[in-house]
Amino acid sequence: MTARISYADVEVGTELPAQSFTVNRATLVQYAGASGDFNPIHWNEKFAVEVGLPDVIAHGMFTMAEAIRVVTDWVGDPGAVIEYGVRFTKPVVVPNDDKGAVIEVSGKVGALLEEGRVRVDLTATSGGTKVLGMSRAVVQLG
Amino acid sequence: MALDQSFVGRSYPPTTPYEVGREKIREFAEAVGDANPAYTDQEAAVALGHPDVIAPPTFVFAITFRAAGTVIRDPQLGLDYSRVVHGDQRFSYVRPVRAGDRLSVVSTIQTIKSLAGNDVVEIRGDVRDEAGEHVVTAWTKLVARAAEEA
Repeated sequence: MTARISYADVEVGTELPAQSFTVNRATLVQYAGASGDFNPIHWNEKFAVEVGLPDVIAHGMFTMAEAIRVVTDWVGDPGAVIEYGVRFTKPVVVPNDDKGAVIEVSGKVGALLEEGRVRVDLTATSGGTKVLGMSRAVVQLG
Repeated sequence: MALDQSFVGRSYPPTTPYEVGREKIREFAEAVGDANPAYTDQEAAVALGHPDVIAPPTFVFAITFRAAGTVIRDPQLGLDYSRVVHGDQRFSYVRPVRAGDRLSVVSTIQTIKSLAGNDVVEIRGDVRDEAGEHVVTAWTKLVARAAEEA
């Protein structure tokens, strides 16, 4: 593992560069194919509404995959992620238009751990609603 | 109806190995729009100390969730899958998944809880490579929403 961020250079509260990720219907179809998750709530509006959702929603695992990019882009080596967990609190609703939805992710160092590791606390929102809870990663720094 | 607590601790047989392909990793990385070269460029991955291209952190979910299907569909457990939503997801990595890995999963029912009429089942998936070395563990919490009153 070759993290480009040094443990000595961070402290509790250090902010990671925030990022925003756009997701539209085409993104969801592509993710369904790549992940093998073909649940129709992620591509079929009629089905989604029938089961009580406002519209098609993004795969929770898609949002989870995007959120950790704030960490992996920061450290450089994705292999530096030792632990990663989230709670799916609210769905990311993806309208059938040319804009889709935007997932905004920020992160900051929440704790300094032993052996050069830190805990990063992530915040993910879409349309002003928090979509992930307890979103945390343990990262091995250099 | 609350699920049977006696299923806690039950493990299911190891899955047939899943072979991690370079192009499957590329396909996944492209689908999440992640251009990190460690996922697609072998030289870049080697420069970081990995023997081959590695997979994004959540890639392994496709493998562990497929394995968890055996638990979800276990008729003896009796989980109503039509009412299930994904509540929590967590991973603990010994090393990143990489191209060429042949990964087998043992699924275990870690906890069963009943919260406000909802059944909450946490399934642990221990992922090992062909040499039997532990690669990653995934915990998937599924919530079966209580059926509406008729």
